[in-house]
Amino acid sequence: MRELLDLFWTFARIGGLTFGGGYAMLPILQREVVEKRQWVSDEELMDYYAIGQCTPGIIAVNTATFVGQKTRGIIGGIMATLGVVFPSLVIITVIAAFIQNFADLEIVKNAFAGIRICVCVLILNAVIKLLKSSVVDKATLVIYAAVAVGSILTSVSPIIFVLLAGIAGVLLQNWKGGATK
Amino acid sequence: MTYLRLFYEFFKAGLFSIGGGLATLPFLYNISDTTGWFTHGQLADMVAISESTPGPIGVNMATYVGFTTGGIPGAVIATIGLITPSIIVILVIAGFLKAFRDNKYVKGAFYGLRPASTGLITAAGFSVVMISLVQLDAFRASGSILDLFNWRGLLLAAVIFLLTRVFKKLHPAVFIGASAVAGILFGFAGVSI
Repeated sequence: MRELLDLFWTFARIGGLTFGGGYAMLPILQREVVEKRQWVSDEELMDYYAIGQCTPGIIAVNTATFVGQKTRGIIGGIMATLGVVFPSLVIITVIAAFIQNFADLEIVKNAFAGIRICVCVLILNAVIKLLKSSVVDKATLVIYAAVAVGSILTSVSPIIFVLLAGIAGVLLQNWKGGATK
Repeated sequence: MTYLRLFYEFFKAGLFSIGGGLATLPFLYNISDTTGWFTHGQLADMVAISESTPGPIGVNMATYVGFTTGGIPGAVIATIGLITPSIIVILVIAGFLKAFRDNKYVKGAFYGLRPASTGLITAAGFSVVMISLVQLDAFRASGSILDLFNWRGLLLAAVIFLLTRVFKKLHPAVFIGASAVAGILFGFAGVSI
């Protein structure tokens, strides 16, 4: 029981200390989970992190589940994951409640009109970064453009695009692999 | 009933979004379109707040959307909905980690999934541009091409973009804060000062 609580609080601290999640989380994870607690080795953490990036869901949540599972089985995985989302739940709920009450003030409206423009730039920067790692050849460029345009012009669910792209990836990769042999 | 729907919508987002950060954003736009629980404008504000507060962005956004839709229980249910698929998938593959990563079909799928995820985030970014930088209503009313774009907004966007390129190490919260100040100083919401 004490170990489970320890998992919860350690991951709560990691969640609360991470701004931006995902990539920002790795140094804090290394310090808390590898160096201080020695729950997993550095290599294991890197494996979890790499697989966490390419499995469904949030990277931070996936990594937390992995480390918790390694330490204390299924219950451990659940406790670590609940821990990592706990600070978000508290902090965002407080902020959201606060903003709801002040949303009609002129100063708040003006601030958010400015902030929305910044959000455009932040998303643009995220896309530029992702393009470098995800668009690696002509086929991936076609998938990228088709999904972007299709998603802008139609109201088809993102799920359909994800499924089609996954199938296309399997077909393209294995067909290419066969051709080079 | 709303709670059940919240759980279901976020379960789907958790199951089908790949990668970190803004990967859930396209799903949130889809939820906005299909349920009308919140507007695209509110969603853009939530992105800003989720990026400038502690915690993973995807989790913050889920909590925020859940709270807006159903108060504190909504926040908890949306967040749990988002993380449930992760817990199930990770617990299942934890047993055969290496085999999973080296599988040629898994590799192939992700070869296609990564650009698709980038494409979906691009489309989500496009909708933020449409609400913050493009003024279709003003353009329709006047017919003047000068009214189509929010020129002050474009100028601010260009300045912020250059700053983010020059000061790569600075946290996004700094740029969000600076834009809030600019928005207040220059009355960006169209409210006269």
